[in-house]
Amino acid sequence: MVWPVKSRADSRLGVQLFSCYRVGIPIATEVTQNPDVVVSVALTWITELCGATRLGYFGRSQFYIALKLVAVAQSGFPLRVESINTVKDLPLPRFVASKNEQESRHAASYSSDSENPGSYSGVIPPPPGRGQVKKGSVSHDAVQPRTSSEQQEPASPVVSPQQSPPSSPHTWRKHSRHPSGGNSERPLAGPGPFWSPFGEAQSGPSAGDAVWSGHSPPPPQENWDQTTVRTVASATTANEIRRQSSSYDDPWKITDEQRQYYVNQFKTIQPDLNGFIPGSAAKEFFTKSKLPILELSHIWELSDFDKDGALTLDEFCAAFHLVVARKNGYDLPEKLPESLMPKLIDLEDSTDAGDQPGEVGYSGSPAEAPPSKSPSMPSLNQTWPELNQSSEQWETFSERSSSSQTLTQFDSNIAPADPDTAIVHPVPIRMTPSRIHMQEMELKRAVSDHNNPTSPLLVKPPDLSEENKMNSSVKFASGNTVADGYSSSDSFTSDPEQIGNNVTRQRSHSGPSPDNTAPPPPPPRPQPSHSRSSSLDMNRTFAVTTGQQQAAVVAHPPAVPPRPQPSQAPGPVVHRPVDTEGLTAHTSTSPQQIPEQPNFADFSQFEVFAASSVNEEQDDEAEKHPEALPVSPVEKSTDPAGALRGAKTESKTEEKTAASAPASASKGTTPLAPPPKPVRRRLKSEDELRPDVDEHTPKTGVLAAALASQPAIPRSVGKDKKAIQASIRRNKETNTVLARLNSELQQQLKDVLEERISLEVQLEQLRPFSHL
Amino acid sequence: MAVCIAVIAKENYPLYIRSIPTENELKFHYMVHTSLDVVDEKISALGKALVDQRELYLGLLYPTEDHKVYGYVTNSKVKFVMVVDSSNTALRDNEIRSMFRKLHNSYTDVMCNPFYNPGDRIHSRAFDSTVTSMMTQVC
Repeated sequence: MVWPVKSRADSRLGVQLFSCYRVGIPIATEVTQNPDVVVSVALTWITELCGATRLGYFGRSQFYIALKLVAVAQSGFPLRVESINTVKDLPLPRFVASKNEQESRHAASYSSDSENPGSYSGVIPPPPGRGQVKKGSVSHDAVQPRTSSEQQEPASPVVSPQQSPPSSPHTWRKHSRHPSGGNSERPLAGPGPFWSPFGEAQSGPSAGDAVWSGHSPPPPQENWDQTTVRTVASATTANEIRRQSSSYDDPWKITDEQRQYYVNQFKTIQPDLNGFIPGSAAKEFFTKSKLPILELSHIWELSDFDKDGALTLDEFCAAFHLVVARKNGYDLPEKLPESLMPKLIDLEDSTDAGDQPGEVGYSGSPAEAPPSKSPSMPSLNQTWPELNQSSEQWETFSERSSSSQTLTQFDSNIAPADPDTAIVHPVPIRMTPSRIHMQEMELKRAVSDHNNPTSPLLVKPPDLSEENKMNSSVKFASGNTVADGYSSSDSFTSDPEQIGNNVTRQRSHSGPSPDNTAPPPPPPRPQPSHSRSSSLDMNRTFAVTTGQQQAAVVAHPPAVPPRPQPSQAPGPVVHRPVDTEGLTAHTSTSPQQIPEQPNFADFSQFEVFAASSVNEEQDDEAEKHPEALPVSPVEKSTDPAGALRGAKTESKTEEKTAASAPASASKGTTPLAPPPKPVRRRLKSEDELRPDVDEHTPKTGVLAAALASQPAIPRSVGKDKKAIQASIRRNKETNTVLARLNSELQQQLKDVLEERISLEVQLEQLRPFSHL
Repeated sequence: MAVCIAVIAKENYPLYIRSIPTENELKFHYMVHTSLDVVDEKISALGKALVDQRELYLGLLYPTEDHKVYGYVTNSKVKFVMVVDSSNTALRDNEIRSMFRKLHNSYTDVMCNPFYNPGDRIHSRAFDSTVTSMMTQVC
């Protein structure tokens, strides 16, 4: 309805009238003191129609409706709600100012109006714009309620809220007042204490005005209406009016002013906008609002999203808003309105706008990545574990290292297996046969030190049992076998063991990383190491061995070097931490091994030489020799392989070392000593055995026999054998490599499982309750 | 499928009790009350107060012909008692445990509310909703 602008006086009157009315129905009744019973009845009826009766006071809308009804009545139309709408051209209701102060004036006017139904002088509230002027005229005192009400009324038109409301009754809703006389002066007692905190900070009213304008509230009277409203703790009223008049407004939305107010309040409790307000402080603060504890408890439940017992800025604003709303009569929602969701808190607030994308839709994603609460919002991180509990738990804000964040981080940080331990099983380099041979030779060299009683198969076991240092001795032996195999000429692939050893070595060699993480190099390694350092070992063996051996050794050392060389690559050796000893030995021997290659020929010499000495020691070294022999030739042939070879040899040496180391570790240095001997001997016999290698079976016994039996096999034959042996060796190596890889992988698997278990334990510890 | 869920305080007075069949509530109240003895017995039997979920979950306290009563005690000696209908397909132990876990979580949320004084009756709507979900779901 369009109300014509009234004169100021009229407006004032209207305001006064309204303020009078605002007081409550009784006042209205009072105003109409005029004896016109009919009028009184009419007024009563009107108040009922407009809903004031229900509310207990005249809200803006009620007032408007009431005025309309008055107009209707004055126009003689039946008092019906519909009449308001149907009768379009209602003249403005006329009110005659009463003589008394506002009320009396109102009463008078009213009464006069009532008396003159039809005559309205029309205190038509000026249009909203004018209303402001009116407001000025109105001096309301209820700043507090106003502010509060304004705060919560986004659309609160009451702008000049700052102005103390007129002496009109500022009564909280339900203010059931009474005699006109006192209303106006009635200050807001109730809300006072509570609202004081809200205080004056609020500039809600101004916002309200704007909103009002936006609302285009029905009659201009609204303006002063609002002032009155303001004055009255009619936040509710305003809300209601708002609700009625502005359906497009989300009642739960927090306006900028309100938000600013809330932020200021937050600061009084917690200077850091990103901090939390602990529950106790919040409790005290909100208790001041004089809401029942039950309601406060419910408000808390709604607003504390992450259930951490503390309020972030957003949560605080939401809680405050809810308190204000509740104070104004709004019922608390069962669920937090979206506009109050932490992330979404002020859509209009530019600062918040960017905030939280994250928070959006939290309802169910406790695990959401830290929602971006408004920058000022502290994020309640700690609640991560609690977040798990309910769908309403919101992730903390990104700014904060929310527990959720931490938690998420935690989740994502599940310690991966160390890169070192990461199964990096580099596939062993597929050494060329020559390399393999070289390695084998190295291994054999190393192994030669070890006894070679074990069959070549031992080589594999060592690989597998690398982790198990149990078989150190076996490995040792296997290493020996390998070495023996190596020692035997290439053709003598005699040994699957050798090959295996080689392979093993290669593996160890090739898989440096796995080696690192892989279980300690197998015992066999030590042997290789020994063998590598065949020179060293040799030296040792020299020292240890008998004179004959020494002689042989002396002869052999030159042959030995070549083998170590290929296996020199300390790299792979290094990988085997266990192999340290052996490795060094390996390295030392490796260089030697390489030279062995050139010594290939030497082997032949050695063969001859060895033959002489071998006979004596064949038993022991026979196996080794064959290994050594092939190793040396292998090494020699694979010289070009260079690094690889070196690596391989290292691996071999490692293997040997591993074998030897564990063996040595487990057995002390003694095993080392013997291995060198065998190695040497192998070397010796290698030459001798080379031709025999081909014929040698993996069995050491056979080797020995072969050694004994074939010292003089021509090389050609040996070459064929070598080829076969080489292939056999290669296969063995491959097998050992794979076996080693397997073992390493298994070890890594174990490690990972252990990690997993530990993490699970930690997880359980972290969630003692939720776990429950 | 709990037909009755009760939260008993440390001093053995109820903080919250709710049953589905609104009639015969007194019977459930009585059952809960008597189950407290069993709970105390189990607690004392445990001896060392290990903070272990297994210990928190007491399991079947005692069965009756119609109902089975399960118990759960928190670290603060707040007891949750759940009465389930025997006619329901036997609920697996894990389900009961998970229900207690949820209850415990909800209870924790209630405790986190600064406006809640420990020892008061629980009026939290969130807690109510949790309990309702458990009771309706169960039934």
